[in-house]
Amino acid sequence: MLYRENGQFKTRYGDDQQIFPILQDRWLVMALIAFAFIGVPMLASEYMFRAILIPFVILSLAALGLNLLVGYCGQISLGSGAFMAVGAYIAYNAYTRVPGMPVVGAFLIGGGAALLVGIVFGIPSLRIRGLYLAVATLAAQFFCDWVFARVAWFTNYSASGSVSVPTLTVAGVSLDTPQSKYLFCLTIVTVMALAAKNIVRGHVGRSWMAIRDMDVAATVIGIRPVTAKLSAFAVSSFVIGVAGAMWAFVHLGSWEPLAFDVNRSLNLLFMIIIGGMGSIMGSFFGAAFIVVLPILLNQVPAWLGVPISTAMASHLEFMIFGALIVFFLIVEPHGLARLWSIGKEKLRLWPFPH
Amino acid sequence: MSNRKIGEVILDLRNISLAFGGVKALTDISFDVREHEIRAIIGPNGAGKSSMLNVISGVYTPQQGEIIYRGEHHTHTDPHAMAAHGVARTFQSLALFKGMSLLDNIMTGRTLKMRTNILQQAFWKGPAEREEIMHREFCERIIDFLQIQPYRKTPVGRLPYGLQKRVDLGRALAMEPSLLLLDEPMAGMNVEEKQDMSRFVLDVNDEFGTTIVLIEHDMGVVMDISDRVVVLDYGKKIGDGTPDNVRSNQDVINAYLGVAH
Amino acid sequence: MGFFLEVVLGGLMAGVLYSLVALGFVLIFKASGVFNFAQGAMVLFAALAMARLAEWLPELLGFESLLLANLLAFVLAALIMVVVAQGIERLVLRPLVNQEGVTLLMATLGVTYFLDGFGQTIWGSDVYKIDLGLSKDPLLVLGDLFEGGILLNRDDIAAALIAVALVVVLAIFFQKSATGRALLAVADDHQASQSIGIPLNRIWVIVWAVAGFTALVAGMVWGSKLGVQFSLAILALKALPVVIVGGFTSVPGAIIGGLLIGLGEKLAEVYLGPIIGGGLENWFAYGLALAVLLVRPQGLFGERIIDRV
Repeated sequence: MLYRENGQFKTRYGDDQQIFPILQDRWLVMALIAFAFIGVPMLASEYMFRAILIPFVILSLAALGLNLLVGYCGQISLGSGAFMAVGAYIAYNAYTRVPGMPVVGAFLIGGGAALLVGIVFGIPSLRIRGLYLAVATLAAQFFCDWVFARVAWFTNYSASGSVSVPTLTVAGVSLDTPQSKYLFCLTIVTVMALAAKNIVRGHVGRSWMAIRDMDVAATVIGIRPVTAKLSAFAVSSFVIGVAGAMWAFVHLGSWEPLAFDVNRSLNLLFMIIIGGMGSIMGSFFGAAFIVVLPILLNQVPAWLGVPISTAMASHLEFMIFGALIVFFLIVEPHGLARLWSIGKEKLRLWPFPH
Repeated sequence: MSNRKIGEVILDLRNISLAFGGVKALTDISFDVREHEIRAIIGPNGAGKSSMLNVISGVYTPQQGEIIYRGEHHTHTDPHAMAAHGVARTFQSLALFKGMSLLDNIMTGRTLKMRTNILQQAFWKGPAEREEIMHREFCERIIDFLQIQPYRKTPVGRLPYGLQKRVDLGRALAMEPSLLLLDEPMAGMNVEEKQDMSRFVLDVNDEFGTTIVLIEHDMGVVMDISDRVVVLDYGKKIGDGTPDNVRSNQDVINAYLGVAH
Repeated sequence: MGFFLEVVLGGLMAGVLYSLVALGFVLIFKASGVFNFAQGAMVLFAALAMARLAEWLPELLGFESLLLANLLAFVLAALIMVVVAQGIERLVLRPLVNQEGVTLLMATLGVTYFLDGFGQTIWGSDVYKIDLGLSKDPLLVLGDLFEGGILLNRDDIAAALIAVALVVVLAIFFQKSATGRALLAVADDHQASQSIGIPLNRIWVIVWAVAGFTALVAGMVWGSKLGVQFSLAILALKALPVVIVGGFTSVPGAIIGGLLIGLGEKLAEVYLGPIIGGGLENWFAYGLALAVLLVRPQGLFGERIIDRV
């Protein structure tokens, strides 16, 4: 009863095409954004920033990037970790080698490099699909692992193979508190999520979805598979690259190639499966889930008085992840996002049963 | 029958042969299509009718023969080129985009006409939004024409079969085609639905002058609405002419129509 | 020359190990069109089971013979693997039976994670040994032809022999037994086989059981050579290129693909490595798979994939 569109008539197509056409949705999202930008920095502890909020924000962006490719355009990718690595390492080199390079500039360059690599590694998708494409993306992942470990230029000839960045300064403000880091990431992610949503509701997004759903029909309409697929790889890789740079610079501070290996790729894939493929909001749900679950697994047994070793917790984590993936694929392939919309549908009737 | 004055030859197919491995789908087929007419292709199942449409729309390339559309050779072409030249089609097995709403499906038909690039799209306000609204208006007119307004936001996978067929047609119409290829548009429909669809086909030809090539099994429909008919059997052409001519052609009767007892 | 031969033989031996894992993939894919990413995890689970059972049984039942321990452990582990394989087929694959390949791939990814955690929970997460009782002294052969002779590991020879034995057993099973022939029919055409009365579900149950058994053999061989550690699960990632190169639906393809990749890896590492930089082994297999994918997507021996509109 609360959640109804009664009286909300749209008289112009522009109004109908808004991101959140229903008034209640818009209020909710505005409230959430206000809370995220104002409320959270006032309430959250340093631990929460470091362990939950900042990883959640950055990984949501990475998951969103992957979702553009896998969920909207239907091209499977098991190599997203490699794109994060490209973003991180190229951003690192831009930042340390070019005097006066601003942080955001380095991020954009990192994203740009990831975009180019993404296009190259998207070329196999023009000839192969499904399983076979998954193999090609794994090839990309392992190749990039090797490049960043072996080619010393990327790590600035560091002896240990790992690199680090000092405390960042953005527009004169030093990012030395968790709040400042969080707000910085949140701003970037909000802007990019909005841009992604815009792309997805326009003709580019529609051509991606057309290729995903039935590519022969798409070609007959005049959609070029080459353009659609490579643009999906390009935009997706750019977003993932920026997320990778953010992950390295803001969250990790110092890192080595292993931070972006195939486990990270699978991690991102799980986020979008659980969160909902083909849904921007789903990327956030999935990221939240995957970030929070290990922490819960570590804390809850202790609360319940049944302490378990960290090794055991890690095994449990794997088991629960695996079981949940299977569960979601069987029961709700559209993930938490679909459960959310079903919930909203029910809310329209509440408190009446039907 | 078309109310329009039938024009010159717009599509000329000469000696088209198509084979898949050892299987010959089409053997030495030649016929033409004139502007503004409604041309039917009929024949038993497996005769090669869908393959013929696939050849015309550029999905298959024939091993032999020529396709001349509006005076230009298009034999070695791809679907994108044919779409850009104004050829649109529907599919026998409804190739709709199941993950999108009805409105979005029809909007995909406008893709070739949409010019804004990704960066403009990302920003949305300004050229991208204006273009989107402009094409939305066009698609809404098609939706009105096909009388499917209440379902515009429904995911097409949830619509009944008859409505899905209309969406398929709507998507093709959104391309503003000069040549429209319909692959069994009335398959699986009851009498009323067939009447509706026949009316739509005739209206499209009438209002927009679109040349129509359609594959159809219902002889009543074929005789009623088409100007000329091509008959295929086992990949070969066995009849070509007006509906009356074809109806009395002995080869066609033997292969397909059967004899009245 | 002797060194070259050693590298070649070493590569071929490694290839045999890959082939063993790839066999499991091919079996399942042939019969059900499912790509079982979890095959690697199954190999690990099986190896863990056998290693630990071989340890526990002598203590439990109070005997000393290594041979008996290994035998009993093998049989028990085989039974366990059959149950595990059934479980996967029943709980995961059957509910998803009509989904696209990618969904199934992701489901088997989930199974991989689950088996990984589950296996380590039950059997433990240290490195364990599978001791087949082979002496660790390498064999020196052909000492007359080549100076110093060629070094061969007994483990590797045993592995090659076991692989050959497994392939022969499978071949006989497929050609001679009614169940085997039914399996081939199902692999060819699901609907046609159903229409002549082959019970699809039962066939899949059998196929998965066989794949579980194959996983055990592979696990035993790998575990004896490398020790049973969780990196065995990464095997799936190594065997995937083998199946790409050999063809998803071909048993000889799995063998030859494995040998090719094992050989190629070693040769690349030894001869190209010093030029380009080490660690070539890590991605050589995938590079080769990618090249094959672009040139001949169905692999060397697979069936052509035709898309009908």
